[in-house]
Amino acid sequence: MSAMFILIGASLIVAIGFLIAFLWAVKNGQYDDKYTPSVRMLIDDSTADSSKSQDNS
Amino acid sequence: MLQSPRQNLPEEVSAPAIETAEKTCYHCSLPCPGEDIAIGDKYFCCRGCRMVYEILQASDLCQYYRLSEKPGVSPKEFNSAARFAYLDDESVRAQLLEFRDGKTAKVTFRIPEIHCSSCIWLLEKLYQINPAILSSRVNFLRKEVFITYAEEKISLRQVVELLASLGYEPQISLADIHARAKKDSDRDLYLKIGLAGFAFGNIMLLSFPEYLSGGRLEPQFKTFFGYLNILLALPVLLYSSSDYFKSALAGLRHRTINIDLPIALGITALFSRSLYEIIHAGEAGYIDSFVALVFLLLIGKLFQKKTYDRLSFERDYKSYFPVSITRKNGAGEESIPLSQLKVGDRILVRNQEIIPADAVLINGTGWIDYSFVTGEAEPVEKHSGDLLYAGGRQAGSAIEAEVVKEVSQGYLTQLWNNEAFTKHGQGRMATLVNAAGKYFTLAVIAIALAAGLYWLPRDLNLALNAFTAVLIIACPCALALSAPFTLGNSLRILGRNQFYLKNSAVIESLAKITAIVFDKTGTLTKSHAAAARFVSLNGKKGLSPREQRLVKSLVRHSTHPLSRRLALALPGEIYDNVEQFREIPGQGIEGTVEGNYLKIGSAQFVAGESTAAAPTATHVYIALNGRLKGYFQLENRYRPGLAEILAQSRKTFRLALVSGDNESEKAPLQNLFGADTELRFRQSPREKLEFVKTLQSRGQRVLMVGDGLNDAGALKQSNVGISISEDLNAFSPACDAILEARQFPRLLQFIRFAKANIKIILASFAISFVYNLVGFSFAVQGTLSPLISAILMPLSSISVIVFATGATYLTAQRMGLLGRG
Repeated sequence: MSAMFILIGASLIVAIGFLIAFLWAVKNGQYDDKYTPSVRMLIDDSTADSSKSQDNS
Repeated sequence: MLQSPRQNLPEEVSAPAIETAEKTCYHCSLPCPGEDIAIGDKYFCCRGCRMVYEILQASDLCQYYRLSEKPGVSPKEFNSAARFAYLDDESVRAQLLEFRDGKTAKVTFRIPEIHCSSCIWLLEKLYQINPAILSSRVNFLRKEVFITYAEEKISLRQVVELLASLGYEPQISLADIHARAKKDSDRDLYLKIGLAGFAFGNIMLLSFPEYLSGGRLEPQFKTFFGYLNILLALPVLLYSSSDYFKSALAGLRHRTINIDLPIALGITALFSRSLYEIIHAGEAGYIDSFVALVFLLLIGKLFQKKTYDRLSFERDYKSYFPVSITRKNGAGEESIPLSQLKVGDRILVRNQEIIPADAVLINGTGWIDYSFVTGEAEPVEKHSGDLLYAGGRQAGSAIEAEVVKEVSQGYLTQLWNNEAFTKHGQGRMATLVNAAGKYFTLAVIAIALAAGLYWLPRDLNLALNAFTAVLIIACPCALALSAPFTLGNSLRILGRNQFYLKNSAVIESLAKITAIVFDKTGTLTKSHAAAARFVSLNGKKGLSPREQRLVKSLVRHSTHPLSRRLALALPGEIYDNVEQFREIPGQGIEGTVEGNYLKIGSAQFVAGESTAAAPTATHVYIALNGRLKGYFQLENRYRPGLAEILAQSRKTFRLALVSGDNESEKAPLQNLFGADTELRFRQSPREKLEFVKTLQSRGQRVLMVGDGLNDAGALKQSNVGISISEDLNAFSPACDAILEARQFPRLLQFIRFAKANIKIILASFAISFVYNLVGFSFAVQGTLSPLISAILMPLSSISVIVFATGATYLTAQRMGLLGRG
């Protein structure tokens, strides 16, 4: 039955990984604007010289 | 600068387009006056629009026009090249910039003109127009753009000028400079929910074996799962639920009991008893109930927290006033930030600009529109030597004035020193849940003690067991959830009906009001800027800007109310040489302006024939050089539906009117309000505030409906302050709710909906009470098992949530509030 302990430990590690991903996303500001990106992704980048502007907030 | 004249125009200006021309501006889709401004087959309404097109074409950004139908925003006319000069001022720059290191700088601007996907696209392509702008990012809902630029290559002023030249002029106000809103509060809640949700899921997983095995779980697993649960629950206790402890403690410090106290007690009891059971007795504990509770409570909090990013409920005069002012120094003029304005300075106030401080008129003729500041409906003529109050808007040619008082010490701005603004939360009602929570807590503690004392002589263990069990089961989960879900849902429904509330507590206050106080100008009447619409006759074109100026110049000389309103509604500066002016009472006026003979007045007078006019509207006919051009339609000043609203509300509420205007409209208003209603005229902003206070001291709970700066005090003092707004982007004073002006006729319906909400909350209290009774019956006997708790607590919470949201939806549907969902 000691396999149970290992399995639970493994599942917890995975879960904690997702938790950390979520916490990072919130801190990174991914949840600050939930509308604009949905419009932005529909706009084509037709111009050739568009050096994708990224910023960090 | 904030309330540009353009913002009021769209509907009214585009109306003549139907009759005049099929040609509309390629950039902004407003009608083109002639064919003289064109590039190829593309026509423009003004030079500004053509310039924007040229800039976009030069930068290869014409995709702008393909993304949305007619996306353009016509750039405002620059009335002075030095308009943004104050941005070169180091102190202003330091306050505006969020980050700077000498090379790059970051700044966030609020741009109300952002309205479509083309706007987003263009504003994020700024680097293509000027490479010194490194990146720009739009937040559509907040109508903000976040710009990073190279400070060495471009100045802040140039950035703003670039935006303005594209038609996206940033709204920079004193309030922005003084205090930047904290934006991180949402993130905190997300983190707390994420953590609680994580713990909730895992703890459930680890607790199920115990329930499903029927207590036959092997001891080694039991302890392992138990300790793991404690470990997972610790961050929930320490971080996710910290707000409830803080709030409960803060309440105790103020000697009040709020709903968070029983929650905090329940949480503590749950956790400490679980610790004891797991570590000492080797039992399963109630950890799963504990995290489920915190998780659901936080979800409720999130649901209740609906904010309207683009609206601000906290504005004071600083957001209405300009940031900069033109000061005369010797022979020249300079643009300085308002904070540097001193007593004795000579300032220049141009057409449509706002007077920033109490000043004495030196030069020119003032034609000051005080409607937003004092409530006077008609503009006031001022001559040199007269005192001008801050906040008035000059309509006419530029004037020169000498400042006599500091900005913050003016007649109007002093209002903000009143105690109504310095006291916080005073005079507001305790929320229903907190009021209920108080008795609830006392009852729970009494029952817990009684149960504990009853068992104490027999069995210490059982006594402790019963005591904590009561605290656990009584934890007012359902009680605390019913209000957030009911009110949160209603907040959204009302928002869909263009009635925007600051927070959900406003609904409760709204349900309890007993008196309604109205402001007149701008609240019961429409703001006049949008009141004149030109309808041309015989298929002719509308009035050109020059012709409008001619009309304005003539009507300015008449004191007839219609002339006054027309003068205010028309754009442009006036011509001074008006000759042979003649006013025929009851008929109209005539005169020669710039050599053009104008005749303005009734159809009989101007056209020599009587035309059947709509009874609700007033028509002013215009003839230019003997040719009938058409008529201005001045719509009825009172808001539609006003009579019904007043007639209905008179039955249930005590009504009153406080106006800064004179008594000229007393008779029709008294007729509308009823003979026994108190109508007060010529009220100063402070008197309005005092009037609301007097009503409150007589036991009334007051709803104040206003719109202008002069109502700010009364809105603040009242139990619920609603600000009526015809343009949500424009300024509205600090208030509890903003009502879109077109929805004014439904005000009473909204109040009824708020009342229904209270009933729903009370009903869900009853439901949770039933659950509590069942739980108590187990608890006092000391037989509350973790399993019963694990079933009973989520069940009661979820049924209350379902009931609360469902009932509000049904009620809203019955009241017809979901119509345009």
